[in-house]
Formats: sequence, structure tokens, C-alpha cells
Amino acid sequence: MIIRNRPDLTDNDVTDRSVYNNRRTFLKQGAVALIGVSGLPLAACSADSSAMPNDKATPLDDITSYNNFVELGTSKSSPSRNADKLITRPWSVTVDGECEKPGAMDFEDILKGQALEQRIYRLRCVEGWSMVIPWTGFALSTFLKAFKPTSKAKYVRFQSLLDPEKMPGQKRPILSWPYTEGLRMDEAMHPLTFIATGLYGEDLPAQNGAPLRLVVPWKYGFKSIKSIVRISFVEQQPLNTWQETAADEYGFYANVNPDVSHPRWSQRKERRIGEFRKRKTLFLNGYADQVAQLYQGMDLKKNF
Amino acid sequence: MTARQIKPVVFILALLPLASIAAALWLDRLGANPVEAIIRGTGDWTLRLLLITLAVSPVRRLLGWRWAPGLRRMLGLFVWFYASLHLLSYLWLDQFFDWQEIFYDILERPFITVGVLGWLLLTPLALTSTNAAMRRLGRNWKRLHRLVYLIAILGVLHFWWLVKADVREPFIYMAILALLFAERIRHGVRRKASAGKGSSLQPKVC
Repeated sequence: MIIRNRPDLTDNDVTDRSVYNNRRTFLKQGAVALIGVSGLPLAACSADSSAMPNDKATPLDDITSYNNFVELGTSKSSPSRNADKLITRPWSVTVDGECEKPGAMDFEDILKGQALEQRIYRLRCVEGWSMVIPWTGFALSTFLKAFKPTSKAKYVRFQSLLDPEKMPGQKRPILSWPYTEGLRMDEAMHPLTFIATGLYGEDLPAQNGAPLRLVVPWKYGFKSIKSIVRISFVEQQPLNTWQETAADEYGFYANVNPDVSHPRWSQRKERRIGEFRKRKTLFLNGYADQVAQLYQGMDLKKNF
Repeated sequence: MTARQIKPVVFILALLPLASIAAALWLDRLGANPVEAIIRGTGDWTLRLLLITLAVSPVRRLLGWRWAPGLRRMLGLFVWFYASLHLLSYLWLDQFFDWQEIFYDILERPFITVGVLGWLLLTPLALTSTNAAMRRLGRNWKRLHRLVYLIAILGVLHFWWLVKADVREPFIYMAILALLFAERIRHGVRRKASAGKGSSLQPKVC
């Protein structure tokens, strides 16, 4: 279910401020148009039209008030309450490790180098709830390729900001900070893997991981790390934060899988936020036709 | 003050959490996931009322509130009431009476196992709360109702094991429960000591 909404801009145009502003307006209208006609056309646009014909975008209010973002508080409502503490300008992202052109980039410069597009993705939380979210952003692969990863780059490690002033949840050692996630190189380079910088055509709110976050729609939400400041190409499989916290519950792969039960939550069903009855959880969150080949021959019960 | 005077007030106070959950549901103020909020709210109040019930005897002993024991039965029944709402909201709103799924949940998820066990142990206490049952069971009534200590431990465990990482909140419940247990132990030790001195006045065990 990819909906590409490529703005009609070249790289030269994007550097222009007025065009930059136009792009936002364009995306906003695009979002409204897409959400306005959701329901029917979502399935039509989807590569796999058999998957969930009734995916409606979750209301913005729900997406921005019901968050798991421990850095801004442990309850679902605290991240939106503490959102003002997370100041996201200036913001820079360091890319390092096994690559030919490591470096740090200012967030504004990252944006200038990318043609933003919109993607409406399902998000499935390991806790058994789900949403449908219209993100704006760019494919992770187009961003990463510029740093020329070497053949030693087998995995990509992501790290969130470490700053207890801006992230008050870090004042207590609930998790080992900074939040760390990882993907296998082929997962990171997969066209579905996305960096979101916006939501519903607007800038990404702090509670949703501003200014930029990962979105891996076929994995449980905790893989989609928020407020990224560092991306490293590494040779060894990185230890992601939740695996470090409870390895028997959270693995490295964290692929959405109704047949692999979690010690706390049966993963067979999920509650779509805004719906009363639960729906069946789909293998790889309904993106199996696009990503299942990444895991051919792997025992997904062991590599959960 | 007597228990008879205070009872209606406590009765209404104990219904307030339910009223506030119902009002929030009506006004659509339970947030993005109302089912979760209902299950969580009824569970929170089960545990809170359970600790309040267990505080009755210590409060009488430490503060001299002689009317407090007169509220115990009602408070205990409210614990069962909220626990039943909590269980029912899980069975209905979360599982939609999918008994196979529920069976595996109880079997595979320790926090659900202890939660269900807690309710199963609580139910006979509610059923034997009548005067007639007390008379019929005689000495065994007290033995049976000592199960409440085990139930309280199960209740705190249920919450503790549910929490993913931040155990601050269940820790508070555990600390309160530990204090209530400590007061009972202290009281028991003192009573034994004074009984050893040949005192004929034996305080009642609570």
C-alpha cells in the first residue's frame, strides 16, 4: 500500500525557500485529498488489494495523543503533554561507521536534498493496537546511499537523541539511553523503509518523533525509532533497546507475525484505534508480498 | 461517629470511580483507546480498594477509628465488584468472549494467570460475606477470609508483570501492601509478647 505523491520538483527547486513552502502546501492538499477519499481507493492503490480494504487513516488527534515515547513519559498521554520540551531546532544527524563518506548533516540540509513524498502506512504496535498513518518523508535508502556504505556494512544502527533536558523521561534509567534500534542492510535499503519528517502534511509533532523518525511498516512500532541523531553502518547486529531490556520478549527482527505469540500479548488480533471490534493481524502487517522474500528460509519463531 | 453514619458516604465514594469512567466514556474523554482505559481504570480501582480494605484494621489500631471495621464488608464487596467489572471488560471488550483465545491468554501470559486466579479466590469471599455464611462457617470463615492476603499479593503481581519497563506505579502498590503486612506482623508480635506476660485481655485478631 504505497501511495507515492512525488512533488513536481527537482533538487534545484527544493533549495528555494518559496518552493519549499509551496511543497508543504502541496503536501497538505495532497494529504487532505488522499484522506478524504480513503476507504475505497486505498485498496486500489495498494499493491496487495486483498489486504484490508477498509484501512481508513486514523484521526490526527489520536495519532498525536496516544503515543509510546518513553523519553517523553511512560503513559500513552504523557508524550503529547511533554512535547514542548523536545526542542528540535537546530538538529543534526551524524552518519558514520562502515561508509566512504561519513558526516554530520543539518536537518534542514537533509530536507533540501530529498523530494518528499507521502505514504499511508499501517502501524502495528506490539501491544496489540494499530493505526493507519499518512506520513510524509523519503525512502531511507535514497538518504543512506549518499554516504556510500562499504561491503562491511551489514547492519544499520539508529540512535535517538540523548538529552535529559529535552527528553525528561531519560532522567530515570527506565531503558538504557539513548534508544537504539537496528535493521539488516537489506531491510534498511528496502523501498518500503521510510524516514518520516511529517504527518498529515504538517511537520512531525514532537510526540511522534520529530524532527525525523524511522518507519518500518511491517515491523512492530518499537522498531520505528524516533528523533534520530545518529545512523551508523555496522558489521555486527546491533543490540536494540527493547531486546536489551527483555530479550525473551523483544527480538531484533520484531516482524509483525500473528503466529508468533508474545509473552504479554497474543499477536493474532489487533485493535485498530477508533474501532471497537478487533481485526485479525496480518503476516508482516499486510506487506508480505513486498517484504516476505527478505526472510526466506529463516525461522521466524526463533528470529522474532 | 459510627459505621452506620459513615457507610452511605463510603458507598457513594466507592461508586465514584465507576461513575467517572462511565461519564468519560459518555463524553468521549477516554482517549484514543477507550477499551484499554476502561480495563485499566477498573483494574486500578480494584487494587486501590483492596489496599483500602486491608488498611481497615491497621487504621483502627493506629488511629483508633473504632468505626472502621464496620466498613470492611462493604469495602470488600466493592473490591469484588470492581474486580468483576475488570474481568468482564477483559472478557467482553478485549476478547469478545473468544474462549479459545482467553484460554491461551490465561495459560501463556503470567500476568493474566495471576489476575484470573485472584478473581477466582476473591469470589468465594464475596459469596460468604453474609451473616448466615459467617455463622455457618464458624471458625473456618476467618481461615477462608485470610485468602485476602494472597489475593492482594496476586493483585500487585498482576500489575507488576503487566508493566513493560517503568515499575514505579506497581512499586507504590507493593510498598503500601508491604507496610500493611508489616503493621500486622508488628501487632501479632506485640500481642504474643503481652499474652506471654499473662495478660488476660486478648485483643481480637484482625
